[in-house]
Amino acid sequence: MRARVFVRLKRGILDPQGAAVKRALEGLGYREVQELRVGKVLELELEGTDPGQAHGRLEEMCRRLLANPVTEEFTVEIVEDGARQRLA
Amino acid sequence: MRFGVVIFPGTWSDCDFHYVIGEVLRQPVKYVWHRDTDLGDLDCLILPGGFSYGDYLRAGAIAGRSPVVEALPDFVARGGHVLGSCNGFQILCEAGMLPGALMRNECLQYRCQSTHLFVENADTPFTRGLRPGQVLKMPISHGEGKYYADAETLRTLKARNRIVFRYCTEAGDVTKDANPNGSIENIAGIVNDAGTVLGLMPHPERAAESAMGGTDGLLLFHSLIGSLVEDGSVLKG
Repeated sequence: MRARVFVRLKRGILDPQGAAVKRALEGLGYREVQELRVGKVLELELEGTDPGQAHGRLEEMCRRLLANPVTEEFTVEIVEDGARQRLA
Repeated sequence: MRFGVVIFPGTWSDCDFHYVIGEVLRQPVKYVWHRDTDLGDLDCLILPGGFSYGDYLRAGAIAGRSPVVEALPDFVARGGHVLGSCNGFQILCEAGMLPGALMRNECLQYRCQSTHLFVENADTPFTRGLRPGQVLKMPISHGEGKYYADAETLRTLKARNRIVFRYCTEAGDVTKDANPNGSIENIAGIVNDAGTVLGLMPHPERAAESAMGGTDGLLLFHSLIGSLVEDGSVLKG
């Protein structure tokens, strides 16, 4: 079973990196970009076949290590046989 | 008084701390590997600056879950003191030993420069030899030193007088221009509620000999040694 974890800064927390990338896009002529925030994607290969159980474990991993609860929020996505099942 | 200096893979200020404690201050000091959990013979553990575990994921994130850091709550509970500088401060926040987080500098630049620090709290073991409002000069060297805490945490820090250092001008004014990294309210260092765990972004070990441009960093050690030795709280083996 494969999973993806998305980690991003919480809304309301300044993302200077995102602002710099947005300015660079503007420099290339992409003036339609209104906001840009940089986050992380973590791809995991997991043992087991129970997406519900995996989802719970992934959320625990996020709380304990993958995301910093002070500044970041996360979403967890299980990817099965090429079909994407968004669980949170 | 016995010091331990922790080495994680990627730590870079370990030798500087070891040298300052052993050669400048003439105190017993040893290195502590990141997998060691037996801290029984130490009075103060130093978490030095650097890039522990490559700072992968987030600065200090992996070190914050390492064996030596997981042994810290017990160490502190039995009277041990912890000083985390730079990456050490990031690690203490990641481990939940101190509140808040250290984020990418607002200017997006790595800042390696001298800073001035306003002593806000001179009533911790680390600052007892200082006076409130005193200005210290110490270097910083980091890309992720912007202290952030939510409003409630900030209120608690203030109410409990846990903000120890703020970035200021040479004259001691806490201004936006004196803030090198965008830290909330110019915060450069905080302590835990008991005052026994200090985290700060500046490097006291790099301000410990006049040949290095200043000795204000020694003042923290003098305060700590004075506090612990004089009140008899140096831990017994």
